[in-house]
Amino acid sequence: MEADRNQQVQGDPILEVRDLRASVGDRAILRGVDLIVRRGEVHAVMGRNGSGKSTLSHVLMGHPAYRVDGGEVRFLGRDLLQMDVTERARAGLFLGFQQPVAVPGVTVTHFLRSVLRSRGRDLPAREFRGILRKAFDELGIADEFAGRSLNDGFSGGERKRLEVLQLRLLRPVLALMDETDSGLDIDALKVVSEGINASIRDGVSVVLVTHYQRILQYVHPHLVHVFLDGRVARSGGPELARVLEERGYDWIDAPQA
Amino acid sequence: MESSGAGSLVGDYQYGFHDEERSVFQTRRGLDADVVRQISALKNEPAWMLEFRLKALGLFQGRPMPRWGNTEVLDAIDFDRIIYYVRAMEGQGRTWEEVPEGIKRTFDRLGIPEAERKFLAGVTAQYDSEAVYHSIQAELEQQGVIFLDMDSGLRLHGDLVRQYFGTVIPPNDNKFAALNSAVWSGGSFVYVPPGVQVRVPLQAYFRINTRDMGQFERTLIIADEGSSVHYIEGCTAPIWSSDSLHSAVVELVARKGARIRYTTIQNWSKNVLNLVTKRAVAHEDATVEWVDGNLGSRLTMKYPAIHLVGPRAHGEVLSIAFAGAGQHQDAGAKVIHAAPDTTSSITSKSISKDGGRASYRGLVKVYPGARGARVNVRCDALLLDEDSRSDTWPTMEIGEARAAVGHEATVSKVSEEQLYYLRSRGLTEAEATLMIVNGFIEPFVKELPMEYAVELNRLIALEMEGAVG
Repeated sequence: MEADRNQQVQGDPILEVRDLRASVGDRAILRGVDLIVRRGEVHAVMGRNGSGKSTLSHVLMGHPAYRVDGGEVRFLGRDLLQMDVTERARAGLFLGFQQPVAVPGVTVTHFLRSVLRSRGRDLPAREFRGILRKAFDELGIADEFAGRSLNDGFSGGERKRLEVLQLRLLRPVLALMDETDSGLDIDALKVVSEGINASIRDGVSVVLVTHYQRILQYVHPHLVHVFLDGRVARSGGPELARVLEERGYDWIDAPQA
Repeated sequence: MESSGAGSLVGDYQYGFHDEERSVFQTRRGLDADVVRQISALKNEPAWMLEFRLKALGLFQGRPMPRWGNTEVLDAIDFDRIIYYVRAMEGQGRTWEEVPEGIKRTFDRLGIPEAERKFLAGVTAQYDSEAVYHSIQAELEQQGVIFLDMDSGLRLHGDLVRQYFGTVIPPNDNKFAALNSAVWSGGSFVYVPPGVQVRVPLQAYFRINTRDMGQFERTLIIADEGSSVHYIEGCTAPIWSSDSLHSAVVELVARKGARIRYTTIQNWSKNVLNLVTKRAVAHEDATVEWVDGNLGSRLTMKYPAIHLVGPRAHGEVLSIAFAGAGQHQDAGAKVIHAAPDTTSSITSKSISKDGGRASYRGLVKVYPGARGARVNVRCDALLLDEDSRSDTWPTMEIGEARAAVGHEATVSKVSEEQLYYLRSRGLTEAEATLMIVNGFIEPFVKELPMEYAVELNRLIALEMEGAVG
C-alpha cells in the first residue's frame, strides 16, 4: 500500500542535492550527499548521532558556521548555495530547529507578526490574533505564550511546539524538521506530529531528520534514507525504518550485497 | 523614503541649526562675576540667589577638571568660548522655513506632531497645545501642585525654593555642578503637597515658559509626605544646541512615604557634551526611580544618584545608553544606603556600534548601620561590531555586614545563532539585528509611557539603519 502511495507522488523535484560536501573548521562532515525531494513527498533522514544528518539541514538553510566544499543544491530550480539565509527562507525553505535560540525581550507575538510582515503578509491586528489563537489551540500552546519572550525559558517541548507553529503559519514549500521528536513525551509527540501532518495535507513537502523512528509512527514517510559518515548510505521505502528498528544501525555498516 | 537620508539625519547632527544671532540678549563669551551678575539682574533675582551664584562661580573656578571619564574631551573644553546665557524673545526666533530640511525629515520619520515640531525646532517658544496644557494645569492647581519653570518658581515661591535649592547637590559637589549653580537658567520647579497623587506625568513641554530651556537647566522636584509624581524630561527628537556644553543639575526630594519617578529620554545632537548631575534624596519609606535614556551627544557623563536616608527607602535606576560613531556614553548610577532596610536596584544597558564607546560607572555604598540593606546591580552591554567598546567600573563600598549585595555584568555581541535563527524565518539581517536590539532594551522601553516607547523604538531603528545592510 505504501509502495502504491510512493508511486502516486512523482511530482517535480523541488530539492536536488548532488555530491554535497561541507565542513566545520578542518573537519569534513558532509562527504558527498545525494538527495532528491519531489513536491508533496515526505522523507525521513535517519542516522546515528554524529552521522551528519543535522549538519545537512543547517547547510541547506545556510548556517554561517559551515563551509560548503563542493557539490550542488538546486531548490525550485535555483542555485540554493548562492542564496543567503533570508533568501532561502523567502524562497520557501523552512528549518524546524532542534534547539531554537532564545531571543530575550522579543515576544512570540511580535516575532511572528514581524516575520509575516517582512514576508509581505501584513495582517490586520485582529485577523492576526485570530490566526494565532487558532494555531496556539491546535498545538496545545497556552495563550500566555503570546506575550512571552521568544524561546526564553521554554522547555524543550514548548520550543518544538513553537517550531511547528511557525511551520504552520509560514506555509513553506519544503520543511526540514530537525529532531523535532527529541525530548517530547507521547502527548506532545502526537500534537506536534499532527501539526506536521496538517502541513503535509496543505501541500508542504517534508524532510524529517531523526535519530529514532518513533515519530514515523505518526508522520508517514514515502522514502527513508540512512545517513552514515556524512552521506546517504542507503535509501528505501517505509519498510527501511522498520528494519532499522529491529536491527539498529549496525547492519548498514556491512556492505550491501 | 530614501535610505541615504536617515544615517546622515541622525548621524551627522553637528550641522543642526544656525542661530542667526537674533536673540535679544546674550552675555558675552566667557565667564566671570560680571556675567553672573548680569544673568541674575536680568532675571530680577533675590539677593540670596546672586550670592549663591557668585559663591558657586568661585568653586567652579577653583576646582580642577575631573581626572576620570573622558579626560581628553573634558580637557578640550574652552570655557572662555562659551556664551553662558542667551534669551530669545517671542516672535523673534527662527522661522519654520529656516529649519533645515534634514531636521524636518527627522521629525517626519519620528512622527512628531506639527505643533510639537515648531517648538522643538525653536520656532515657537512654547509647546502649542493650549487645550491639553490648560486642563492639566487646572487640575494641578486644584491639587495645590506647583509646576513651573525654575525662574518662575524662584519668583513666585522663593521661600520654598530657598529651603531646598542646592541642598541635594551643593555647588561644591563637582566642577560642573558648580558651573550650573553659577549660571543656571530654565529647568523645572515642581512641588507636590502631602498626600497628593499626580495622575498624569508632568512633562517639561507643558510648562508655561520654556524659552530659556537650554544649556544649564536647573530642576528641583519636591514630593511632600505620602505624595507621588512622575516627571518626564526631554523627548526623542534631536535637540540641537548652538553651544556644545550642556550641564544640568536635577535635584529630587522624596519625603516620608513619597514616590518620584523621573524619566529622561534625550537625543542630543552629536556635538554636545552632556555633563549632568542628578541626585535624589529618599526619606523613610520613600521611593525614587530614575529611568534614564541617553542617545546622541558626543560625550555624556551622567550618574543618577539616590541617597536612601530613611528606613525602608527604595531606589531604582534603570538606564540605557546608545553609543554610535564618535560617541562616548559614560553613564551609570550611584546608590547610597544610609539607613536600615533600604533597598535598591540598578539596571544598566548599553549598546555600542560603529566604534562607539559605552561605559558603566557605578557606585554602591552601604554605610555601617544600614542593616538589612539589599542592593542588586545588573549591567548588560551589547556590542554591534568589533570596533565598538564597552567598559564596566562598578565600585562597591559595603560597610555593613548585614547587607545583601548582588552584582551581575554581561557583555555580549549580537549572536550569530540569533541572527541565523531569525533570518531563517525570512527576516533580513537588518530586521533581525534591530529585533535583537529592541529585545535587549525591552526592560527599559516597557517602563516608558506608550508614546515615548513608540518614539524610542523608531529612533533606535533610525540609529540602526546605517549600522547594517
